[in-house]
Amino acid sequence: MGILEVSNVNKRFGGLQALGNVNLDIAAGTVHAIIGPNGAGKSTLLNVLVGKLIPDTGTVLFNGVSVLGRKPYEINQLGISRVFQTPEIFSDLTVFENMLIPCFAKRDGSFRLHALESIAAEKDLIEKAEHMLTEVNMADKRHMLASSLSRGDKRRLEMAMCLVQEPKLLLLDEPTAGMARADTNNTIDLLNQIHDSREITMVIIEHDMHVVFSLAKRITVLAQGSPLVEDTPDNIKGHPKVKEAYLGEAAA
Amino acid sequence: MLGLSKKDTTFLLIVIFLTLATPILLQPFPEGSALAQFNAGYPDLMQRFAIYGIFAIGFNILFGLTGYLSFGHAAFLGVGSYSVVWMYKLLSYNVLPGLILAVLMSALFALFIGFISLRRSGIYFSILTLAFAQMSFNLAYSVLTPLTNGETGLQVYTNDPQVLMSAGSPTSPHFFGIVMNESAKIDVGGWQFTFSNGYYFCAIIAIIVFYLSLRIFRSPFGIMLRAIKTNQTRMSYTGLNSRPYTLAAFVISGMYAGLAGGLLASMDPLAGAERMQWTASGEVVLMTILGGAGTLMGPVLGAGFIKYFENIFSKINDNILYAWFSALPEGLADALVFMLHPFIGKGWNLTLGLLFMLVVIFLPGGLMEGGSRIWGLITGKNRKSKKAGKDPEHHPKPSAHVN
Repeated sequence: MGILEVSNVNKRFGGLQALGNVNLDIAAGTVHAIIGPNGAGKSTLLNVLVGKLIPDTGTVLFNGVSVLGRKPYEINQLGISRVFQTPEIFSDLTVFENMLIPCFAKRDGSFRLHALESIAAEKDLIEKAEHMLTEVNMADKRHMLASSLSRGDKRRLEMAMCLVQEPKLLLLDEPTAGMARADTNNTIDLLNQIHDSREITMVIIEHDMHVVFSLAKRITVLAQGSPLVEDTPDNIKGHPKVKEAYLGEAAA
Repeated sequence: MLGLSKKDTTFLLIVIFLTLATPILLQPFPEGSALAQFNAGYPDLMQRFAIYGIFAIGFNILFGLTGYLSFGHAAFLGVGSYSVVWMYKLLSYNVLPGLILAVLMSALFALFIGFISLRRSGIYFSILTLAFAQMSFNLAYSVLTPLTNGETGLQVYTNDPQVLMSAGSPTSPHFFGIVMNESAKIDVGGWQFTFSNGYYFCAIIAIIVFYLSLRIFRSPFGIMLRAIKTNQTRMSYTGLNSRPYTLAAFVISGMYAGLAGGLLASMDPLAGAERMQWTASGEVVLMTILGGAGTLMGPVLGAGFIKYFENIFSKINDNILYAWFSALPEGLADALVFMLHPFIGKGWNLTLGLLFMLVVIFLPGGLMEGGSRIWGLITGKNRKSKKAGKDPEHHPKPSAHVN
């Protein structure tokens, strides 16, 4: 039994079958990549996993608990964090304040009115935030405004904000989209380092094959809304069906 | 001190000093001099500074921190005023029960209005709050006349119960015997300073609520509100439901508005429906933006600025202008007066409007941004001016990636 089980998920947008009978079983502690050509339904699948879309049929179980119909913040509280294609950070806040928000969220869960407490008194949380910033090599940028960071640093910060909550499952939506090669490699190193040190299960949706083959332990190829093959990276590389899906019939 | 950092404590002490010394600071011109009409140190106006300052501080907790622009905050102002006058009518002229009721009632109102309005954000939220405020205004004006006395306005009549009144009780608003409209006048040289009970009552409350807002700004709650303003998507994917936070901010700012409304009725024991009209809601938006939304001191400055214009500029008339230009040849004086005429007296709104436009266009951060820019020029700490010095044709570095 995996940490995340997707069974028989179907989703239609009008006449378009975005997801057809998707079955996925993601083992705990693995790095699972979902790849596929444009329009294969990767983003739709991800949106189903985080509760943004409700599928027409099927179930999505996280550790045996259904995530369907839950709000994004409830799903996060179950232990699922998401990294976006364009980094979603609090750009008007400083890097350090950005780190504090997930720390508070993790501690308090739902709403708690602490309107007259001082942030400086929260020594544990400050230490936790500092520690995480050091781990992603951003401690020297703590007083910078998040909006003034480079794309790579924004990604780093977003990742740190997810990790400080100690999620059980990290969903990454094209984590290196729009990055230069150097930044991409940095991100790959960071993700590998995170995975090695914490054994977090990761699901990566990615276009860039270089990224996929540097990270994934297991790969699912999605085409036209349905899983085509699921295998290890080595077996996927030469798989004829995959070539066909990406390059069309002629290449097969 | 008081749970504040060293910097904030200094800041608070400066604010306390300025507030307490206002009757002196706003009276810079000697009595009888030509400029004496620019003096603002009379109780009525100073009380307005403090009260509208409180109103704007509260509004800023909602708008400045969360970015939710409410166009209906005047409703809470009205609720506060009516509560206080009702307490006069039922109990006595002591303002304390009224003020407590004002804060509680406006909190209830804000909870109700906020619960419904906060289902939407952006312009829809603004329109919903505006609709609620206009509804409250119309209810107060014509429907709920037994409660509000309609267009006449609510006031105390001699046949009201006033159960706590005894023979010796003051017959105007007071705080345990300290009568609001009493004051001490002190003459120093040519200057006359008025120290009024009413002003100091408002000023002390203003200092307390300013301190509370300072604490809110620096608290985990404050940082959450700023996060909501910046990115609600990340907020929800961080496991936080933003609704309770915005609702709490809405209720807190509603309570500030109710307190301000209550204080208005504490200075002058009347409450009219026009206090709830949309113009009053718009005024607090102007105050906050003019002073600098999201800054601590900005809204207070904005409130002071607008109230100063309303009371001082509106009193300048053509005769005063002629007196100023008396040294000039008659034709020139006529021309100048003709040109300035639309901007003074009843035209003070025009001056204020132009000023508001200038601030919004050139100082998007409000008067506070202007202040910090000037401070930067004086101390040379301004980074922009330094860079400009080194690299006159400074261009921003091209960003490495397309976002």
